[in-house]
Amino acid sequence: MTATLADTAASAGLSVLIVEVEGKSGLAACFGRPPLGYEETELAPRVRGRTLTPDEALVDYLETHGLKRISKRLVRSGALEVVSSAVPGMKDILVLGKVKALDVERAADLIIIDAPAAGHAISFLMSPRGLGDAVRVGPVNKQSTDVVEMLSDPARCQVVLVTVPEETPVNELVETAFQLEDRIGVQLGPVVVNSCYPEPGVPASMEEVRQLADELGVFVSPREARDLVSAAEFLRERYALQQQQADRLAARLPLPQVRLPFLFTAELGPPEIDVLAATFAAQVDALTESSWGRVTVP
Amino acid sequence: MSERVTFEDIVRDRHIVVCCGTGGVGKTTVAAVFAAEGARRGRNAVVVTIDPAKRLANTLGLEELSNTPHEIDRSRWDPAGSAPAGRLSALMLDTKSTFDDLVATYAADDDQTERILTNRFYRNVSTALSGTQEYMAMEKLYELHEQGGYDLIVVDTPPTRHALDFLDAPRRLTRLLDNRIFRMLMMPTRAYLRVASAAVQRFLRTASKVVGTEVIDDVVAFFRAFEGMEEGFRNRATSVLALLAEPSSSFLVVSSPRRDAVEEAAYFAERLAESDIPVEGLIVNRVHPAFGDERVEELRARAETLAAKRSESVRAAGDGAVSARRLAELYTNLADFRQVAECERHHVAGVKARAGRAAVAFVPYLSRDVYDFDALAEVGRHLFTTTPTAPARAP
Repeated sequence: MTATLADTAASAGLSVLIVEVEGKSGLAACFGRPPLGYEETELAPRVRGRTLTPDEALVDYLETHGLKRISKRLVRSGALEVVSSAVPGMKDILVLGKVKALDVERAADLIIIDAPAAGHAISFLMSPRGLGDAVRVGPVNKQSTDVVEMLSDPARCQVVLVTVPEETPVNELVETAFQLEDRIGVQLGPVVVNSCYPEPGVPASMEEVRQLADELGVFVSPREARDLVSAAEFLRERYALQQQQADRLAARLPLPQVRLPFLFTAELGPPEIDVLAATFAAQVDALTESSWGRVTVP
Repeated sequence: MSERVTFEDIVRDRHIVVCCGTGGVGKTTVAAVFAAEGARRGRNAVVVTIDPAKRLANTLGLEELSNTPHEIDRSRWDPAGSAPAGRLSALMLDTKSTFDDLVATYAADDDQTERILTNRFYRNVSTALSGTQEYMAMEKLYELHEQGGYDLIVVDTPPTRHALDFLDAPRRLTRLLDNRIFRMLMMPTRAYLRVASAAVQRFLRTASKVVGTEVIDDVVAFFRAFEGMEEGFRNRATSVLALLAEPSSSFLVVSSPRRDAVEEAAYFAERLAESDIPVEGLIVNRVHPAFGDERVEELRARAETLAAKRSESVRAAGDGAVSARRLAELYTNLADFRQVAECERHHVAGVKARAGRAAVAFVPYLSRDVYDFDALAEVGRHLFTTTPTAPARAP
């Protein structure tokens, strides 16, 4: 989804920076590129990408604040590990703090954070608020306050939640959405429902296939007829299940939905991303004149 | 090389079954399937779940977090009453209270327990430290092994960013306790003042500058309160890992047929093998059905021919146009699903080759969601080829 969003924004003429915080996602592969590193690389015209890890972010932060010596000592002694165990969210705030710095220096028109999966996403985005309460003084407090400010400013940041139309992912998404809104006050963009099967036709039967074949004067073997019918039935059943889940999502979460198609092709590469981006752009245009914030977290 | 393991071997003979894999691949379902099958084969089985989907939780009678297993009425999982007399229990892991219990076990007295449980740093560690949930899942497993009297303990693992995290989990706290700085903090007060004062003070000053003194005070208080307990924790972690390495423990990797999930599963299996813990089963879940064996290109060609026929028929008039379009749609749909199936089979073929003697099963997408015992049994039919009639072999 991150790739789709980046592609959409780039097509609209915006410069995009993708920030990967977990590593090991297939993101760069979507653009047909090798995995990302801490140094920015170009992924496509107007789209750049990089990773962000807590250790690197900490060293970065301390060095730009004239605390180079402390940074070395903290990392070398293993104290960062202990302190981040002591203060949950320490690592997240380091990463989000760096994103904030990127936002302030206007590193791109749109910064997209490829955030962790549902359960982790909440604690990832909640960490600045929690930290601001736990640590009432010093640079961590300042950093937390600044990050909370960025996250809760709809002009600067929106969260795009992504799911597939299945029971557990839908439940997780609804829970995540409410927590993000209630506890962080972050602006939620449209919800993206990924991997939606195409709408099926009317029910098929062996009898119907036989009749069609006769009528058209073509040969369809009984085995092939059976495969045609069972594939059609499978689509109908899965589609109905997906509809149920998408409807349930709509009922429980009053946010606009963008549905992206299930892709039958083997791999997700640049052509597939272009297809998704076009679908996405068309649906978003239909929704509203959506104004994207500068930092978006899918 | 020895023969391939079967899922029957695992459900009949193993004492501990750990289900691993990345999130969203149906691990909890597979864990429930194994425990229910074990019970149907006459074993006293328990499944430890972590955050199951609501309807599956209801099926297992888990309305809330619990620390003790809850037995599921036999009529629910064996309505025909045909199975040998096994038992089935389930519990939904409560991370925090499992941790609290563990503290109470190793504390010298109630006072020490109390000091730890009320410490703010402890509360952070026991609820939010990454890896704690994995650690407590392993801890619960060990506890059930020691005290529960169960023949078969099936454990679901938390959805982690990296599936290997849980193996490392029991060591994580001990590593924290082993940190040089904290060892100094834990020295008896006077020795600590004399010997380590300078280094410790320097560290504390630095750390206070970054996170504030309150946090550091909490940390120091926690480590002081923990004094004398780290040995117990360390021994416990060693025992848990030793138990997992025994031949009666079995690891299953659950995956979806997507390329990245399959890659992750293979990677995971290889890392476990390096730790001398062979993966005994690979379950690829939610596989699209194959729908025959015709080649995608041929099906697409037929759809195109029919579409061409359709334009002829439009000129010729009549219902032929509608019929041709309909049949072309059916062919396109079949071609689409054949393509997905081929692609998925291509991804999993590589893993099967790398799986060594592990059992491998593919569970297709069912036409409904899996949340009741009937559906669990249906999944089971893709894993276990024989019906559960033979009573459990004595352990």
